[in-house]
Amino acid sequence: MASFSTTATVTDPRVALGDDGILPPALAGGSGDRPDSGLPDYATRLRRARLGLLVALTPVLMLFVSFTSAYVVRQGLPSLDPRTATLVRDWIPVTLPKLLLINTGVLVLSSVFMELARRQIRGEAVFASADSIPGVPPASESRIPWLPMTLVLGIIFLFGQWMAWRQLAASGFYVATTPSSSFVYLLTGTHAVHLLGGVLALLGAGVASLLGLSLTRRSIVVDVTAWYWHFMAGLWVYILCLLEFAS
Amino acid sequence: MGLVLLAVIWLITFISTYFFIAKTWWLPVGASAAAAGIDHHFTTTFILMGIVFVAAQVALGYLVWSFRDRGNPAKVSYSHGNTTLEIVWTVLTTILFVGLNLTSSSIWASERFRPAAADSVQVEVTGMQFAWYFRYPGPDGKFGATNPELEDASAGGEAALGLDTKDPASKDDVVSGVMVVPVNREIEVILRAHDVIHSFFIPQMRFKQDAVPGLAIHMHFTPIQTGEYEILCAELCGLGHYKMHGIVRVVTPEEFDKWLAAREAEKL
Amino acid sequence: MAGGTGGGETITMSTHESAVQAAHAHGAPQGFIRKWVFSLDHKVIGLQYYFLALVAVFVGMFLSLLMRIHLIWPTVALPLLGDIKPETYLTLVTMHGTIMVFFVLTTAPQGGFGNYFLPIQIGAPDMAFPVLNMLSFWTTLVGFIVMIAAFFVAGGAPLHGWTGYAPLSAVQSTGPGEGLGADLWIISIAIFCIGALMGALNFITTTLDMRAKGMTMMRMPLTVWAWFVTAILGLLAFGVLLSAGILLLMDRNLGTSFYVPLITVNGQLTGHKGGSPLLWQHLFWFFGHPEVYIAILPAMGLASQLLSVFSRKPIFGYKAMVYAILGIGFLGFMVWGHHMFMSGMSPYTAFAFSIMTMGIGVPSAIKTFNWLGTIWGGRIRFDSPMLFAIGFVSLFVSGGISGPFLAQPVLDIQLHDTYFVPGHFHLIMGVASIFGIFAATYYWFPKMFGRMMNESLARWHFWFSFIGTYAIFMPMHYLGMAGMPRRYSQMTEVGYLLDLIPLQKFITYAAFITIAGQLIFLVNLFWSMFKGKKAVDNPWEATTLEWTTATPPPHDNFGGHTPVVHNGPYEYGVPGAPRDYVMQTDPEIEPAH
Repeated sequence: MASFSTTATVTDPRVALGDDGILPPALAGGSGDRPDSGLPDYATRLRRARLGLLVALTPVLMLFVSFTSAYVVRQGLPSLDPRTATLVRDWIPVTLPKLLLINTGVLVLSSVFMELARRQIRGEAVFASADSIPGVPPASESRIPWLPMTLVLGIIFLFGQWMAWRQLAASGFYVATTPSSSFVYLLTGTHAVHLLGGVLALLGAGVASLLGLSLTRRSIVVDVTAWYWHFMAGLWVYILCLLEFAS
Repeated sequence: MGLVLLAVIWLITFISTYFFIAKTWWLPVGASAAAAGIDHHFTTTFILMGIVFVAAQVALGYLVWSFRDRGNPAKVSYSHGNTTLEIVWTVLTTILFVGLNLTSSSIWASERFRPAAADSVQVEVTGMQFAWYFRYPGPDGKFGATNPELEDASAGGEAALGLDTKDPASKDDVVSGVMVVPVNREIEVILRAHDVIHSFFIPQMRFKQDAVPGLAIHMHFTPIQTGEYEILCAELCGLGHYKMHGIVRVVTPEEFDKWLAAREAEKL
Repeated sequence: MAGGTGGGETITMSTHESAVQAAHAHGAPQGFIRKWVFSLDHKVIGLQYYFLALVAVFVGMFLSLLMRIHLIWPTVALPLLGDIKPETYLTLVTMHGTIMVFFVLTTAPQGGFGNYFLPIQIGAPDMAFPVLNMLSFWTTLVGFIVMIAAFFVAGGAPLHGWTGYAPLSAVQSTGPGEGLGADLWIISIAIFCIGALMGALNFITTTLDMRAKGMTMMRMPLTVWAWFVTAILGLLAFGVLLSAGILLLMDRNLGTSFYVPLITVNGQLTGHKGGSPLLWQHLFWFFGHPEVYIAILPAMGLASQLLSVFSRKPIFGYKAMVYAILGIGFLGFMVWGHHMFMSGMSPYTAFAFSIMTMGIGVPSAIKTFNWLGTIWGGRIRFDSPMLFAIGFVSLFVSGGISGPFLAQPVLDIQLHDTYFVPGHFHLIMGVASIFGIFAATYYWFPKMFGRMMNESLARWHFWFSFIGTYAIFMPMHYLGMAGMPRRYSQMTEVGYLLDLIPLQKFITYAAFITIAGQLIFLVNLFWSMFKGKKAVDNPWEATTLEWTTATPPPHDNFGGHTPVVHNGPYEYGVPGAPRDYVMQTDPEIEPAH
């Protein structure tokens, strides 16, 4: 319960970079020590957005924890067969389409790209806000379009999941066929909806970039989406392991 | 205002407590072996909690009146609390609450941990919207098979349960709309439900257990008083919940044997 | 991200002049729509939540009145509903419970007052993510509209109770109302969950990240602690309810079998098999029990606050109160099984749950002890907020004391699903929380609307509510002990229930009078809004930050300056101080320990 202490530190060490790892009230004093470069403003907003994300991930995590417990309970609990008055289990494992492995690769790769995009735009934002400092050249690092590439991979992943469902259905496993297939659709579907949220956020950042909206704001969106994206990638690996090894 | 508050709080407390102590509306008279123990524990809890209730309300009323603003500028006692008192209070309540619960553990164990005795009378109780059916295994001591596809709720009796008459074990099964049990014998109840969750509740037996579809729940109770008692459904089961009602008739062992034999004879 | 809506957020972080300038630049929105409808201002959003809850509470109360009428005059046609069918009553039960729990008890204390006063009490200009805050309100409103819509679809509203136990709720053929009505019910709750999660996210981030200089966690008012912990409970609980609802929707509409085993309804197979009805109960109550604390914690925080303010004394045991709030929040997640003692759950598990449940009585007892300790030796002013705070303590004790009966499985055998249970939870979770809402209304009304509420009307309202509440809910305990089951629409089918009808009649009459008393509140609320006496900035001579600012507070709460906090929230009657109270922003007083 670290977050209840008076000097609540956020678990992500990066968050703390800007302000000695201490949340307000120490900040008000702390930020005054630095030159007035506009950085504290950006740092505060970034930290707050990340803190918000961290909090927002909790219910997402609870959703999947809840599904997992339902999965375990549903798999393990026998049910009465009225015909014989005996307890029977009706769990038929589903053979997962191989396509899911490829999708996993795509998502992990997109997560790497996302990280590169995050660093790229963060560098830009820092340089942009430090323009006034003499002797520091303006941002002109790599121009590789990591963000669009992430976006494309994300959409490929979602399309791949769609194909995987088609394959499952083609092999006779529909949503209501067996409890295990219900869970496959449920878990992959809920994950896809969440990832779609990340895709929309990236699209928004892209549109904002085209419209030339504030770089600072865009970089915060990308940064937070990146952490969300990593979480989704990790969550997907977990879901895949649950479906593959716990059935 | 302080005095009015005191009067109202005290009055509410004493009137509420009076009806409990006078037992105007109390638990129905127990008719099972477990009732005495449960009622005793209820009374213990009632006395302890009653003391806490009255003490807290009386204190609240008194303090509100006693420390009202009397208009004089007397200083209030400036205090942020007392850690020793807090700890004493915490320990006392923990002991009271948890200890109280532990003293009831033996009753709970005999009600639920222990399976029914080997010589108990078996009755399968099935709940469905909105009736209870009771099945006795007959001389062979075995319940016959049932088949959901054979169920016909409107026909009642065996058909309502979907009894599979092709199964030899079901030939001698007796299905009844009234639960008849012998006095002073342990009754093993096997609870099933066809459609939704029902709850088998006999207030005088201090017996309640949900009947859950997909489960066969084994429970037991021992009636010690002959007579007729009402069975209620205590879990919301649909529009007829309020009239899902049955009767348990506790009779002497001789009457029970006679009743069962008569029902067997009807089947042949 | 909504965090970037302007420079306003940074203001609290810095006392620099430049930042203060920026605050003026970030001006209040002009125009009716941006100011009052799609407002980003936490104060307006708080009021929107409050009025939503006000509508909901009168809907819920009206439903309960119809229930009471039908119970004792089962043949009388009900207003608006007409003909009495057996399912009508259950529809009322379901919708009354659902609307009250979600759209009143969760909405008003947290969404309403929490939204309005949490940022002000910690010295922040707004919530951390104002856009999200606005969305959370509009989501909740949509949820409410969908819930009400369930009344008007074919088959009507669902009859499965607010707990929606599967398979009754999971199979469409189990009764009227279990068709589209039940789907809308689930969808409404799912929408509500999403709104509540957005709200909780804002509360937590704001509390952690936007406190004014000097506002350490241990200087936060107990109201803020309560809202903060409530938000954490919501964050953990609503996700689980959402998941349970998704599974239920799938069982109902996609033919899956998460909750439904092989069953026949009216002799017809449903096509489901192998599911577990207890799974729903576990998921539901994992949410449902913390939900009880979501409803009551804000009221506990507020009662603590008011007892201190109106006794002119520091709160007794501030730290113990904070630990008790945390303890209740933590234990609240480990006791859900006490709703399931009779459900077919393992009796060993049941016993473990019962021990934990008795354990959660301890922090509640600590709070009661500290409330009494707070008024002990004080100089009590009987303003209307205080009356309701005292009423809250009394109701909390009365409702709490029946808890240890139900928490013991041995006694639950007899009491489970009888009127003892509604008697218990209405006192503690229902009316005690409502008393918290009333107290908060009377207390903060001057700050919110700049006018005082009428004091004599408020007193009449208090007496009606306080005595009426006991008259309604205390007899329910007697009914429960006598074996009257819950959710029975008529008492005519069971012999021994006939003897209990006079008691039910008494309850209905008491309900009539109590509900009539609530009209006094409604009149007072709207009359005072326009005609009440003008309020000063700090009418109650209280110490927390909302009383340092203008009335009503300006758009950025503190009019361009940022409060700096030097004192704890409950410094009353400080020896040697010029007044009998020391504001949180006053120069620091000697540490008093």
